[in-house]
Amino acid sequence: MGSLTVGISDLKVCKAPDIVVTYALGSCVGICMADKATGIGGLSHIMLPDSTQSLNGKDMPMRFADTAVPMLIDKLVAMGASRSRLTAKIAGGAVMFAAASDRFNIGERNIIAVTEALKKANIPIVAKDVGLDYGRTVYFYPETGIMEVKAASKGTKQL
Amino acid sequence: MLHNYEELSPVAIDCLREIGNIGSGSAANALSSMLGKNVIMRVPDVSVMDYQEVIDRMGGPEKVITGILVRLVGDVNGMIMFLLEDSFAQVVLNTFMQLENVTVTTLDQTQLSVITEMGNIMAGSYLSALSQLTGLTIDMSVPAMTVDMMGAIMSVPIIEFSEVGDKVLFIDDGFVIDGVDIKSSIILIPEMASLDTLMRKLGVM
Repeated sequence: MGSLTVGISDLKVCKAPDIVVTYALGSCVGICMADKATGIGGLSHIMLPDSTQSLNGKDMPMRFADTAVPMLIDKLVAMGASRSRLTAKIAGGAVMFAAASDRFNIGERNIIAVTEALKKANIPIVAKDVGLDYGRTVYFYPETGIMEVKAASKGTKQL
Repeated sequence: MLHNYEELSPVAIDCLREIGNIGSGSAANALSSMLGKNVIMRVPDVSVMDYQEVIDRMGGPEKVITGILVRLVGDVNGMIMFLLEDSFAQVVLNTFMQLENVTVTTLDQTQLSVITEMGNIMAGSYLSALSQLTGLTIDMSVPAMTVDMMGAIMSVPIIEFSEVGDKVLFIDDGFVIDGVDIKSSIILIPEMASLDTLMRKLGVM
């Protein structure tokens, strides 16, 4: 079993028994997506909600929710996943510092943008662990579709 | 006009190192009188590096650290963030609340505010050193603190300054309190216009 690490503003796909992992999501959101029947899955680690609000949004599709979601779908389909069988699980979007210091409320905006992008693409969100005030590491197992979320103070849970 | 941190000259970096020195010195004095303990500051190492290097230098994305975030407003706008190892919280809580072997991920509100207050004092010392050197007015927000994974904490400046670039000013200083070695670092992220103002005031541009 291999494990592929997904960085910030990064996106990777794999085939079971390989897994994808992204470390320490804060206000960013991790989008796990798989077609369990084929064991093909992937993970996207987005940083911001909307590419059209950025000066160089076009150059960095993996950075934004609106562009990363279609890209992840395309990559999974290109690898042999069935588009109609794809389901998603999401994690992250925390408020890392007290609300007064969080001028842009970026965590919540990221969650909303990811949810909208998935809805637009007709991919159901079957589980989520989002918001609140702590960081999360995400392991995603395309074979079972299990998303494992690890937090510094909350231990590990499987979704 | 500066466009990114990589345009800073060696002289400008030296100047920032000196600011780091003075800021750290006054922060050490403040800490020492608050804690009633002998505090020795290391000579800070100032460099321009990208976020990934900062995360690696502090022990990787999942390393649990204390992060204190202060926003700068006035003539200089931006963010300053203190990153402190567990041992800092241990020393502070041991001194003020006689707590031993604290698990920093499960602190209560009182304990958190004691540590935040220490961060407040350190940030204040730093900024007043900077203000005095430059004659600029720099105000700061009430500090916010969290204890969490390094990567998650860093996502805050990474996101907020994503349009500016992926580089920050990293001040690696660390100190020794009562023989306990504490690794700490400070990330200074002035907005570009503010960095420009700072450098002009210091006469290095």
